Amino acid sequence: MAETVVVGIGSELRGDDAAGLEVARRLRGTLPPSVAVVENGGDPAALVEAWSGAALAIVVDAVSSGAPPGTVHLPAEPPAPSRQPSGSHALGLADAVELGRALGRLPGELVVVGIEGGDFTPGAPMTPPVLAAVRRTARGLRERLSRERPGGPRT
Amino acid sequence: MTHKTVRIGALTRVEGEGALVVHARDGRIAGLELRIYEPPRFFEAMLRGRGHTEPPDITARVCGICPVAYQMSACQAIEAACGAEVTGPLRDLRLLLYYGEWIESHALHVYLLHAPDFLGYDSGVAMAADHRDLVERGLELKKAGNELVTAIGGRPIHPVNVRVGGFYRAPSRRELAPAAERLRRARDHALATVAWVAGFDFPDVEHDYRFLALRHPSEYAILSGAVGTGDGRAEPAGFAVADWSDHVIEEQVPHSTALHARLDGETGYLTGPLARYALNSARLSPLAREAAAAAGLGPVCRNPYRAIVVRAVEIVHACDEALRLIDGYAEPERPCVPVEPRPGVGHGASEAPRGTLYHRYRLDDGGLVAEADIVPPTAQNQARIEADLRDLLGPRLTLPEDELAALCEKAIRNHDPCISCSAHFLDLRVDHG
Repeated sequence: MAETVVVGIGSELRGDDAAGLEVARRLRGTLPPSVAVVENGGDPAALVEAWSGAALAIVVDAVSSGAPPGTVHLPAEPPAPSRQPSGSHALGLADAVELGRALGRLPGELVVVGIEGGDFTPGAPMTPPVLAAVRRTARGLRERLSRERPGGPRT
Repeated sequence: MTHKTVRIGALTRVEGEGALVVHARDGRIAGLELRIYEPPRFFEAMLRGRGHTEPPDITARVCGICPVAYQMSACQAIEAACGAEVTGPLRDLRLLLYYGEWIESHALHVYLLHAPDFLGYDSGVAMAADHRDLVERGLELKKAGNELVTAIGGRPIHPVNVRVGGFYRAPSRRELAPAAERLRRARDHALATVAWVAGFDFPDVEHDYRFLALRHPSEYAILSGAVGTGDGRAEPAGFAVADWSDHVIEEQVPHSTALHARLDGETGYLTGPLARYALNSARLSPLAREAAAAAGLGPVCRNPYRAIVVRAVEIVHACDEALRLIDGYAEPERPCVPVEPRPGVGHGASEAPRGTLYHRYRLDDGGLVAEADIVPPTAQNQARIEADLRDLLGPRLTLPEDELAALCEKAIRNHDPCISCSAHFLDLRVDHG
């Protein structure tokens, strides 16, 4: 089990919703072996699986809070679970946190990075400010996680 | 004159978004509409003008829960149009991939969406807090399905390795070994799941269903077969998949973006686990047949609430058969057979976890898709689900609205409707005037 796991969440078919996936893709292969990089299309069970046993999980997801598109919320508060659970299609990060808590399978530390999206239209490409935020977030995470000694204790 | 309306604004623990409105007048149901309000998705129109190799990847995006079903029905329809056939180890690989999806989908539905109804929880997450070991077992099962799909399809959802004619790359025996290891544990978990759900407290309800499911001469039909229909008493009738449109007619209804379907002129037939089991239970693997018998299912099950038991039995079958196929797997000489486009019409059907999924394509002189027709299981079941709800609600209209709404949602979840798939679906509203 990797010490640290970076999870990018999103759908590549809904414009800026792909931001988390894109950050993960840019980090893959560039980080020490103690860091696992995982893409997640919104399956909460797989999300719980991805961060189980990790000391640190960094979850990157697109958000829509009304801030200017491309704003990086770091750290963002994990979203509150919806009072109206819907289908498994709509289960998200909040449900994964609740499921992880119920199962005693939360990571040691959970950091949520939110990237404010502007356009979530099906089939739309990511917008320029969000692409810039993806580059900025990937660079920042790479710098932070590359400083850590592979396999060594996190400080 | 008294009027009452029960409205469920958004159905929970089903796939996709739908609503239910029930209108009651003087204590009788005057109207009942299962509303599929998820927007039409226009997949059939999107496919026109596309190359003959594209429908499997495009239609896989109809659903994140059962993309393999879309890929398999699409591939077989295109291959039929082009005069190609996938047999031997390549067909075995398709079946294996499909078993993976069945395990994923059924484990998710049984543990996180359906079981909470029987144990009195609002959600799978709430159930997990009290029944951690059970939910962990469900997640282990689902993971076994994910790993099988990943081993063959390249990733756990929306596999990227499927193509018309077979696969881009066939896995080696060695690459399937870890999935087999997990499947052996999953098969034990699946047997335990049957024993667990068989002990639930089921309402004493039976419907006189008219079933529709694929039938295969030697298999519990999933990947392919002819269409079987019947009530589970007499020997089933049937027709070839290519004759689908002579028997199944879709029609628009005002309250839904999903179409309703008629079978030989009659509305309200049922496809899905109860139908498959009623028409094919003798062809389950011996281990799955034993589990079904121990669970008290009999050869036909007409109690929609016990669909959860049938699903659990089907997980046993999928694990068992997947292991048998992996044991006997010989790497194919080539990962696919050639499929050259030609003008014509092709039909394909397979058993998605929720029921029969039919595709038809017409290719033009240039080999491009000129027409596409997709008939998903939830659209076929929609009228039958409404009939189940009428039977349930008729004698109970005086109950408080929140109780009515909860009953309706339970009855709907028996059928594991996939609203997103059928949106071409729940908000319950009972209108008592």
